[in-house]
Amino acid sequence: MTVEAVFPVLEMRGIGKRFPGVIANENVDFDLRKGEVHTLLGENGAGKSTLMKILYGLYRPDAGELRLNGRPVRLSSPSDAIAHGICMIHQHFMLVPSLTVAENVALGLRSTRGPLTDLRHVARRIGELSDAFGLQVDPFADVWQLAVGERQRVEIIKALYRDASILILDEPTAVLTPREVDDLFETFRRMARQGRSLIFISHKLHEVLTLSDRITVLRNGRVTGETDPCNTSREELARMMVGRDVNLAPEKPAATVCEARLQIENLVVAGDRGTDAVCDVNLAVCGGEVLGLAGVSGNGQRELAEAVCGLRKPKSGVIRVDGQPVAPGNPKAVRKAGLAYVPEERMRDGAIGDFNIMENLLLLDHGEKRFCRNGFLRFGRIFKHCRKLVRAYAVKTPTLETPAKNLSGGNIQKLILARELSGNPKVLIAAQPTRGVDIGAAEYIHARLARQRTGGTATLVISEDLDEIFALADRIAVMCQGRLMGIVDRHEATRERIGLMMAGVDPDSPSKDYCPVSESTSR
Amino acid sequence: MSPEVNRVNHFKANLIRIVIPACAVVSALLLGAVMLGTLGANPLSGYVTMFSAAFGNLEGLANTAVKSIPLLLVGIGICIAFRSSVINIGGEGQMVVGALLASVTALAAPDLPSVVFIPLVLTVGFAGGAVWGAIPGALKAYFNVSEILSTIMLNIVAVQIMNFMLRGPMIDPEEVARGTRIPQTARLPENTDLPMLLDGLRVHLGFLIALLAAVAVWVLLWRTALGFRLRSVGLSRDAARYAGIPVKRSIITALAFSGAMAGLAGAILVFGSESHRMVTDGSSTGFTGSAGFNGIVVALFAGLHPLWSIPSALLFGGMLVGANALQRALQVPSALIIALNGLIVVFVVSSEYFRQRVQRGREVAQTLDEPAAGVAAGADPQLERVVE
Repeated sequence: MTVEAVFPVLEMRGIGKRFPGVIANENVDFDLRKGEVHTLLGENGAGKSTLMKILYGLYRPDAGELRLNGRPVRLSSPSDAIAHGICMIHQHFMLVPSLTVAENVALGLRSTRGPLTDLRHVARRIGELSDAFGLQVDPFADVWQLAVGERQRVEIIKALYRDASILILDEPTAVLTPREVDDLFETFRRMARQGRSLIFISHKLHEVLTLSDRITVLRNGRVTGETDPCNTSREELARMMVGRDVNLAPEKPAATVCEARLQIENLVVAGDRGTDAVCDVNLAVCGGEVLGLAGVSGNGQRELAEAVCGLRKPKSGVIRVDGQPVAPGNPKAVRKAGLAYVPEERMRDGAIGDFNIMENLLLLDHGEKRFCRNGFLRFGRIFKHCRKLVRAYAVKTPTLETPAKNLSGGNIQKLILARELSGNPKVLIAAQPTRGVDIGAAEYIHARLARQRTGGTATLVISEDLDEIFALADRIAVMCQGRLMGIVDRHEATRERIGLMMAGVDPDSPSKDYCPVSESTSR
Repeated sequence: MSPEVNRVNHFKANLIRIVIPACAVVSALLLGAVMLGTLGANPLSGYVTMFSAAFGNLEGLANTAVKSIPLLLVGIGICIAFRSSVINIGGEGQMVVGALLASVTALAAPDLPSVVFIPLVLTVGFAGGAVWGAIPGALKAYFNVSEILSTIMLNIVAVQIMNFMLRGPMIDPEEVARGTRIPQTARLPENTDLPMLLDGLRVHLGFLIALLAAVAVWVLLWRTALGFRLRSVGLSRDAARYAGIPVKRSIITALAFSGAMAGLAGAILVFGSESHRMVTDGSSTGFTGSAGFNGIVVALFAGLHPLWSIPSALLFGGMLVGANALQRALQVPSALIIALNGLIVVFVVSSEYFRQRVQRGREVAQTLDEPAAGVAAGADPQLERVVE
């Protein structure tokens, strides 16, 4: 490595940040060299985002100092940070959907033509940047028409256009197919070779090991280690994150398959835009089996789950639980039939933030005789029941009266799981069961789902995280643009094959090739 | 967290709930003092007059209590609606419809003993308000019509029906004979007069009914399965629907209950009145005295809590009594009190921002005291302690 490459462009020394009652960062040292990809690894709540918000000028540190190219600086707002060449690519893209790519890129910048826009100039520059970094995008396309991967490219181009020397990448791979991830990493490497410095935030360990030059691990606001990919392993990184050994691939007994408990026949569901989000899907899940449904987000998985759970009325098709057809579009009837649902939008659908733990656990069963007599709630029994559930599902909460919004993501998910599984459902739909959940809770949730499988429940796990699918599923179904690309047995599945199917290519019958382009991208 | 700490926190939360609105009221009164001053009155003696008239003696307290009855009943109805996330601005119309139907019943029914007659007419008032509330509820549930608009519109419809009825079919024959044609009914049967609670004071049975109704609404919202469903729908329609709670039916139920409380308020206003008639002056708030709107203020001031609505209604009822006294004593237009009412609303509603900020800060601090992330999962002994 050359001398220049070792020279740190960014040094954060002894950074401390406290919020009332919590230490978000304590004595954190972090430095970034020119032309490197430095990963910041840690669970939710470990202090990664606080540290990055300090760097991006959103928070002011209580202690410590920040140096850029050796000089101490004070960043008091994101525009300060941008002026210093620091750009952040947010997990949720900050783009105006109704504007074109060029307009989005030009937004907030001074035009070269005074009060008039200079979009042609901007477009030309975007073209140059796309060629240089392999970021294909049409400068005149409206952003709302773009697929998620393309939108991300726009975000990156925005940063490059502003000539950022330091890029903060907040979980950039969460919404991409494995293939797209490979391309994205290639772009990142090119940017690093050009002398830009990248901070990569992720919790996907294999990605971290592929891309990083260095890795800094945070836990409970403190740095627990700095290492590089050559000298570490997934197991060691997980241990540094969590502070103990983590079982990354839980053992499971062979599936004891019986007959199908959940059957989905010729299901067609309209999406929010009125076009068919799910086209003619047939699926069957057997008791004691976990079917993993993989796919890039936005390919109909959410609509499928909502239709099965009665939240969205399908256009046509039949859903059966234990052979009995369920009334479509009626969540109550679906629940009566023995189906439980762990929803994707945990805080919107799964729990009520302003309700306390007890009330949230009561959402399903409050009308049952054991909890309700003559319309009055029987709080003695309810309290006992909830206390048992909280204990059994290891929900960490100070009291049963604590509002759910005060719990961490993992604990809310355990709370939802406790409520959904307490009725011992025949069929369980779990959508993104561990997204945004810390490793400890994720491990626990996986173990719970596995236990449910042993108990004979038919489980459909919908996830964008292939690691999760591979860890849980007996069979893997892949969806692309509303269609089922196929179902593969876990033992015959490889990451590459599933990845190709997610991108719409069926490796078995190349004639099928790309799945039909849906209206959402062609319009 | 130990139970003592919990209790202290609970106490602090309640304290904040009182202190912040109290500050808001004081601020509004200070600004009102400036207004009094510019009108040439001594603000201090003005406020003393107001306060002593409303709360200074038994008679004043009785007047305050009577004035607070419709405010409290409408207010607790508003608690039900707003807690279920439906905005009911239709208290006025629901009061009118409840009062009209109850009056019709009282005039049409044969003379019954009071024990039967009073419950009958009050129930009719309750039911009338419920129907008038359920209409915008159904419109919202099935046709997605904004309940804010439909309830306001139904106010106008109700008032016009009232004006027609009191000037036409229901007008007191004596008024016709005398030719004065004041829009009012004949004296209603004596057996429908609400009895006085205490000798020599004007406070009648309606006050007791309103207090009991406030308790009943609290029980409904926090102790019954129905109330649980209403509050779930109010806090998150998505989560409620997902849990299989009938959202549409809950919206209708909430508005029906909310209207029923206003309808009851209207009926009590009629049968508890000194003239024992239903009277209006032809203006849109002539019958209700704006109680259908002021009840919203009462409920908001009480943080949408039915029991806190009791002191809140007494405060605003007292202001109405005080306003009359102020007008008599200092020759200040009573419109000033309407302005003062408005000021209090503005201050209280804005103070909600501060209350939420304080509370959020406290909640964050409380939660983060218990580090939740990253600790080993699985049933652990620590949890038992935590839950106990």
